Amino acid sequence: MQQPHEIIFAGFGGQGILSMGQIIAYAAMIEGKEVSWMPSYGPEMRGGTANCIVIVSPVRISSPIITRFDSAIVLNQPSLDKFEPAVKPGGLILYEKSSIIKEPSRNDVEVLAIPALEEAQKLNKKQVANMILLGAFLEKRPLVNYDNILKALKKVLPERHHHLIPLNEQALLLGKQIATAENMTV
Amino acid sequence: MNDITITNGLEVVYKRPKTLTDTPFHYCPGCGHSVVHRVLMEVVEELGIQEKTIGVAPVGCSVFAYNYMNIDMQEAAHGRASAAATGIKRVLPDRFVFSYQGDGDLAAIGTAETIHTVNRGENILMVFINNAIYGMTGGQMAPTSLSGQITSTSPYGRDTQKTGYPIKITELIAQLPGAFYVTRQSVHTAGAVRKLKKAFTAAFEYQKLNKGTSFVEVVSNCPAGWKMTPKESITWMEENMFPFYPLGDIKLPPKESPSKN
Amino acid sequence: MESKAIEKEARLMKGNEALAEAAIRAKIDAYFGYPITPQSEILEYFSREMPNRGGIVLQAESEVASINMIYGAAGAGARVMTSSSGPGISLMQEGLSYIASAQLPCLVVNVSRGGPGLGTIQPSQGDYLQATKGGGHGDYHVIVLAPASVQEMADFVFDAFRLAEKYRNPAMILTDGALGQMMEKVILPEEGSLPKKTPEWATTGKPKWRERNIITSLFIQPEEMEKINLALQKKYELLKQEVRYEEFQTSDAEVVLVAFGLSARICQKVVELGREKGIRIGLTRPITLYPFPEKIINRLAKKIDFFLVVEMNAGQMLEDVKLSVNGICPVHFKGRMGGMIPSPEEVLEEVEMLLEKHSISHDMEVK
Repeated sequence: MQQPHEIIFAGFGGQGILSMGQIIAYAAMIEGKEVSWMPSYGPEMRGGTANCIVIVSPVRISSPIITRFDSAIVLNQPSLDKFEPAVKPGGLILYEKSSIIKEPSRNDVEVLAIPALEEAQKLNKKQVANMILLGAFLEKRPLVNYDNILKALKKVLPERHHHLIPLNEQALLLGKQIATAENMTV
Repeated sequence: MNDITITNGLEVVYKRPKTLTDTPFHYCPGCGHSVVHRVLMEVVEELGIQEKTIGVAPVGCSVFAYNYMNIDMQEAAHGRASAAATGIKRVLPDRFVFSYQGDGDLAAIGTAETIHTVNRGENILMVFINNAIYGMTGGQMAPTSLSGQITSTSPYGRDTQKTGYPIKITELIAQLPGAFYVTRQSVHTAGAVRKLKKAFTAAFEYQKLNKGTSFVEVVSNCPAGWKMTPKESITWMEENMFPFYPLGDIKLPPKESPSKN
Repeated sequence: MESKAIEKEARLMKGNEALAEAAIRAKIDAYFGYPITPQSEILEYFSREMPNRGGIVLQAESEVASINMIYGAAGAGARVMTSSSGPGISLMQEGLSYIASAQLPCLVVNVSRGGPGLGTIQPSQGDYLQATKGGGHGDYHVIVLAPASVQEMADFVFDAFRLAEKYRNPAMILTDGALGQMMEKVILPEEGSLPKKTPEWATTGKPKWRERNIITSLFIQPEEMEKINLALQKKYELLKQEVRYEEFQTSDAEVVLVAFGLSARICQKVVELGREKGIRIGLTRPITLYPFPEKIINRLAKKIDFFLVVEMNAGQMLEDVKLSVNGICPVHFKGRMGGMIPSPEEVLEEVEMLLEKHSISHDMEVK
């Protein structure tokens, strides 16, 4: 990795937006990379808009707050409307399929729709949709070693949710597979 | 040089305790502050806790209390003596800590700190001098000024319709579970002084046992602020202050239940 | 790939939590505070950790009470701190003035939000003047450190106590909501590595062998009060030796940005972007806001075309930069207010616009 990678995760509060970002940041830190995780913060806890900017870099990170991104991982329509124009040409927009009505129109970026909610429901746990998206993203942009993602998962998930780690791992792998399949068809 | 020792020919009956400095009080003639200072420091000397006692002086006439009390002391911001005392007691829990405040300090600007210090049951002694006036700033109306009382800011007498009622802060805080011992005393007679001394002694003993907040109100006079001679002020206090602020214990520690054995 | 050493030492933490953890490692005796966004994590962290690790944590009834508890505890010789944000810091100003006058060491953390008034909880640098010029009544100053990373949020706790105790002066960490909420890699200072001893002036109870100790800010004779003021001013003069700043690519710069805290991070990006475009641009970041690094600014003024001060306020540090420059070169300003954060792109645009303006006026002078 020679260049910093700048990512925006965006959606509603309660969708696991902030923890997706934290897991990548944590994994990158384990690998000795520079990381920053900047959340939007405010009175909204659940249901409001939530986003976080994650930067993974081989060198000291300058601004943790940026307006142009290499990748956008999007979980609702308002976030797509807001961040689609902010993705750099050649960048990646990865979104949750059923949450988006109006698809991205840009053709100078890579666009990937993942049916994460649908797949998560098949696992009987719609809360792991974010992990499916994260798995798909890592397949597309292998910024960090997959083993370190698993380590990060243990750090980021609160102790009381550790029994859900196998399910989260399953979701991550599922996301990877979906993205691989997408790669084949595209 | 101002040390006065009085004997009855056989034994010393009056002398300056070591816990008071050799500094003449600046208080007006007849004012209760100097007596309260002395009684408090006598108790500290008699209990042998001079090395372990830290006092907090307020803003008001007793702002210079540390000039007289020969112990480590802090001078707090107006109304905040009990917050400062909280800070001291929390980091030095084995010391004896007291705050010493007047009515404006404790019951107006510092009401929140007063209530919450007692509500936390801070293990300190709060001494409250109630003379129903702002003495230091020249006799303005205090939160405890009586209805109809003439002061420089209630020149036609305190109109409770416009300025509110005299606040019985001591009865108020006595409601709080953190208040362990609450009493109202005075220093206008020798007997009253003896009772006050007992109250201070009890308060320090409770503090040693970590019982919570002891709160001792002293209804006092302000001859200068009230524009009276010391003697007139005592009479006025007895006739007007005591009926509204009756002396006596307001909250006593629960009696220890007798042991079953 | 994985580095064992880093995994052991480095942690991913929020700025507020890194600061609180560092304070525990600095062995603070007590924390007194009141909840306010965006810094409540600090009080929460202490409430969670201190019962198991020693030290007092007390949620006070107000910021007024907090700062006066600090006064009492600091006067009693303890290592103490509080934290708040704009509205609460305003409430503490009376107490800070007393603390400065009584010369008590303590740490006050301001995780700033947009004002004035109740304002917004979004990050701001609008408390610069309040922090650096005293803030309360009378001639006094607080030592002010401005972190720009989670690492510095932790490190500056140690630095702040070191300075506060060395100079018997309150110290402030002036940060903002974004630095408080963001997570970065942090290597925490070692627990217990900050020496501590009870100062001889503290009110700990008067033993027979010494005179009584008095903590006060009341010096009613003006002659005496002036003496106290002179002593304070002498101390502030001495404090200048503690000036700290950081420079990025200023050696060949024609344009120098001046920014602190989060703005300085943004300006680092501006320097990166500007350099990519061939602009000879650099950045000076004051780390101590009081004492202010006036010498370096003045020295740079003699060799550059102009300064651009970038702040999340209406131009507060701008005044100190202008005083340091003293007319030697132009000083421009770019700011956002009310919780808005300037983007690197908009700052760069400002730089390019100013460069154009300067070259036009330069051309006209030549003609």
